[in-house]
Amino acid sequence: MKVVLHVWRQASASAAGKLVDYQADDISPDMSFLEMLDVLNERLIVRGEDPIAFDHDCREGICGSCGMMINGAAHGPMKLTTACQLHMRSFSDGDEIWIEPWRAKAFPVIKDLVVDRGAFDRIIQAGGFVSAPTGSAQDGNAIPIPKQAADDAMDAAACIGCGACVAACPNASASLFTAAKISHLGELPQGQPERMKRALAMVHQMDLETFGGCTLFGECQEACPKGISIDTIAQMNRDYIFAAATEREATDVLGSG
Amino acid sequence: MTTKLDARIPAGPLAEKWDKHRFEMKLVNPANKRKYHVIVVGSGLAGASAAASLSELGYRVSCFCFQDSPRRAHSIAAQGGINAAKNYQNDGDSEWRLFYDTIKGGDFRAREANVYRLAQVSVNIIDQCVAQGVPFAREYGGLLANRSFGGAQVSRTFYARGQTGQQLLLGAYQALEKEIARGGVTMHSRHEMLDIVVIDGRARGIITRDLVTGAVEAHVADSVVLGTGGYGNVYYLSTNAKGCNVTATYRAYKKGAAFADPCFTQIHPTCIPVAGEHQSKLTLMSESLRNDGRVWVPKKKEDCGKKPGEIAEGDRDYYLERKYPSFGNLSPRDIASRAAKEVCDEGRGVGPGGRGVYLDFADAIKRLGEHTIRERYGNLFEMYERITDEDPYKQPMRIYPAVHYTMGGLWVDYNLMSTIPGLHVIGEANFSDHGANRLGASALMQGLADGYFVLPSTIGDYLAGVKVDGLTAEHAAFREAVDGVNARTARLLGIKGTRTADSIHRELGHIMWEKCGMSRNAAGLKEALVAIPKLREEFWSNVCIPGTGAELNQSLEKAGRVADFLEFAELMCTDALQREESCGAHFREEYQTKDGEALRDDEHFAYVSAWEYAGEGMPPVLNKETLEFENVHLSTRSYK
Amino acid sequence: MERAGLLRFWDSSVGKKVVMGATGLILVAFVILHMAGNLQFFSGSERFNAYSHLLQVDLIELTWLMRITLLGAVVLHITAAYQLTMRNRAARPAGYVKREPQVSTYAARTMRWGGVYLLLFIPYHILHFTTGTLHPAFVRRAAYGNVVIGFQVMWVALFYLGAMAFLGLHLYHGAWAMFRTLGIARPSNDPLHRRLALAIAIIVPAGFSLLPLSVMLGFMH
Repeated sequence: MKVVLHVWRQASASAAGKLVDYQADDISPDMSFLEMLDVLNERLIVRGEDPIAFDHDCREGICGSCGMMINGAAHGPMKLTTACQLHMRSFSDGDEIWIEPWRAKAFPVIKDLVVDRGAFDRIIQAGGFVSAPTGSAQDGNAIPIPKQAADDAMDAAACIGCGACVAACPNASASLFTAAKISHLGELPQGQPERMKRALAMVHQMDLETFGGCTLFGECQEACPKGISIDTIAQMNRDYIFAAATEREATDVLGSG
Repeated sequence: MTTKLDARIPAGPLAEKWDKHRFEMKLVNPANKRKYHVIVVGSGLAGASAAASLSELGYRVSCFCFQDSPRRAHSIAAQGGINAAKNYQNDGDSEWRLFYDTIKGGDFRAREANVYRLAQVSVNIIDQCVAQGVPFAREYGGLLANRSFGGAQVSRTFYARGQTGQQLLLGAYQALEKEIARGGVTMHSRHEMLDIVVIDGRARGIITRDLVTGAVEAHVADSVVLGTGGYGNVYYLSTNAKGCNVTATYRAYKKGAAFADPCFTQIHPTCIPVAGEHQSKLTLMSESLRNDGRVWVPKKKEDCGKKPGEIAEGDRDYYLERKYPSFGNLSPRDIASRAAKEVCDEGRGVGPGGRGVYLDFADAIKRLGEHTIRERYGNLFEMYERITDEDPYKQPMRIYPAVHYTMGGLWVDYNLMSTIPGLHVIGEANFSDHGANRLGASALMQGLADGYFVLPSTIGDYLAGVKVDGLTAEHAAFREAVDGVNARTARLLGIKGTRTADSIHRELGHIMWEKCGMSRNAAGLKEALVAIPKLREEFWSNVCIPGTGAELNQSLEKAGRVADFLEFAELMCTDALQREESCGAHFREEYQTKDGEALRDDEHFAYVSAWEYAGEGMPPVLNKETLEFENVHLSTRSYK
Repeated sequence: MERAGLLRFWDSSVGKKVVMGATGLILVAFVILHMAGNLQFFSGSERFNAYSHLLQVDLIELTWLMRITLLGAVVLHITAAYQLTMRNRAARPAGYVKREPQVSTYAARTMRWGGVYLLLFIPYHILHFTTGTLHPAFVRRAAYGNVVIGFQVMWVALFYLGAMAFLGLHLYHGAWAMFRTLGIARPSNDPLHRRLALAIAIIVPAGFSLLPLSVMLGFMH
């Protein structure tokens, strides 16, 4: 099959970018979307042109590296699927395909489709963990955890940090990402001691990173390749409200982080 | 010149070695710990857990990864689970049994003391991960669930749905981020290690390239830890992530670290077959599929083009059931893999290129109902359909073996230190615990054992013996190494040939898969040893890398890694050629019983081959660490 | 500069949104009551004028309390909405060339413009029926007649109906979102599904619209 691509090309963070058209011929419907880009890139290299830069690694939908807007949808038209697991059979011969990077002030473009998602790491640094230094743990079965809580925690913990939620959100909000971690740890007994501090600190960091706020469009949930529910956002808000109502002193809350 | 390999295995009874050793090792005064700077390269299970744990102890740590975030390391893709000798199921498991299973699974080519220690700390790993909030599967009573995995006789595998690797990595990643926030760890994402600096015989730092700006930087440390994973991508197609590479360990090898058992690579039998030339990676499907699926190919070559439904029952060859009646479709990974290649080599393979065999669930669906099969394998069937566009409820899956894990790696002693003092190697990057084959659900265990529990103890023994000396990157050795990296980059960019690095990599992969894959023979290996240098020459004269070194340049990154694979492949073939026996995943066709079983030669080959770099163009030097088995009897397996 | 306590709550995106949700809850409760009260219009002038008398004379203290509460709620609601909108716009300085909304509703996407319409409508409505300033023939305490005469002006009735359309859309999103924002929504397998909000969004504007419609169509005079 043949497709026409309109790809965002931008040489560096400071350079101006634009959409560039490419004709991709002899594309097999069995190719993954990224393999289609690989094939195009190899042709570009041999022609002496700069190949299209995009992040990717595991190519089995779990590392969260890949991500791009494909025809205006994060990770493309298939639900619960990352760009690397999307196949060309989802398109038709002769289709035009628009490919753009994630767009958010907090995700500056580095090159072409590659963006800097360091803001996500910093949100985790603010409190997305349980402080359990190595060696200090008790027996794994010492605290029984109801199956439902473990399953709910796992649902939220499935987040791969790809950034599709931010990309799809009309407000470029990182609420789903932040809420998924708050919910994951908040469901478990191990996460309780730091639960309030975590909600305050992570939301604060999310705001500092210049992400927008949640207005419940629901686009994030639809775009999420792991099907994380916006129920987690309700949970985040619940924790945040409770934490804000019960905190003692701001200095206690943020600690040394 | 040969290196004296001293594994420094503590004396005393097996079960007491680790405790005794921990007592005997030197400790670093708590107040002095922050004066020591440790570099950790890699942020997977081993790297992230080590960086976090070392920082918690008080060391100053710098951690490097080539991905945009430490959370993306390829440990994340492990599906099945993690073993631990908890015996929560009361089914007779013990540290001793896990030790024995691992040694036996490795076909008696691993070190007893290391493996026993692995079994001992396995229980602490689960506790640690639970404390971090890893959402392991649980029973209704709230206690941890276990399953039996990879043919083990006991249920000792802990899991978090099909995403165990992801959840364990996120636990380690979160601990790492906690330490970054505290200031104990400085993280360098999108940085690739391109050389290691050895001064006065000690590893003193690394040279990295900032993948965004292209800046080549020198980093000084008191010890360097490599947790840079395996080299399965030497085959081009593997279940590894696209970025996995041998560069860090290979550059360490060229600076004097011995490389152990490079030919030991594990091939996984249940992967989705190649669809065409464009294929960029292979996807693993859980081996549990073989519990209910029946493996077959047509008896006659002529039937291969037919739809599976059109081939009569009598015209099907259920070759695993035929050859191995007692284990049948559940034969071990290497046997199932080799048998698949054999029938495809006979021309009876199915699917594109004839490289595939059927895994048929029709009988299981008839027996158990589609509902039960959906419950057991729903996710896997969905994944298969997503990739192949075929519905495995209606027609048999097609599977083929793929490279999955590399048991070989840099040689390390009991303290996980390589032959370069101060250079420690952890996780898949070292060779230590799996021998010639790795058990299912043991890779995660080893990565975390090394990172959380072993290295944080043993590195102190090394650091307590070295003085903090104020070395800076101004030292001539660092400047020289930076110049070397820059010169190599310039050389790569200057070739301006006509072929992409990927096309050469594919060709290398083809050579390795055919000649040094799941079965090897001397003639084939010798052919590979001729073909690889030729291909390397082609690379260095005809590769085409657009762009410059002063920007994000993914073609340049790729080319650098391929260049190292092109040298390393030769070492693998050399090792495979020298090991004139069949053991574990290493199957030499000349060494098999008349039934086609692997023929191990304990008299001549019960050693670790540790290769030492001897200089450009010189053959590598083989050092042998003889393996002593004092606690287990060397048995021969049989799956007939 | 980070502030402490309530101010920090107000500074955070979640805090502001919670303020919008809480004030929204008050406003939704108010429009339901207001609509229910209005329906007495159809019981005739005597009954409706008595209702008006009750609110404006007998319970005037309570009415003022409500007015102040509503004013506070509206001010907070709008301030938070404005500030969040500015933040959200700044969060994506460069937009997409091609963008396909997947699940967001028309209601969600028109919250801001609908809000602006309502912001223009409410002062007019107060000046129209409460103070009578903008009413062509306002008679104090004669609510029934004021309504009939007020809605006999075609553009005024249409302006009211337009406001009710936006109110419906606003409620369809807001009356669902506020429970999620306040963290009191139950976990659901289909969180985007909304029944209560749909009912409110239909019943409330429909109830209000009956007045101008009935006057315009000549049923009430």
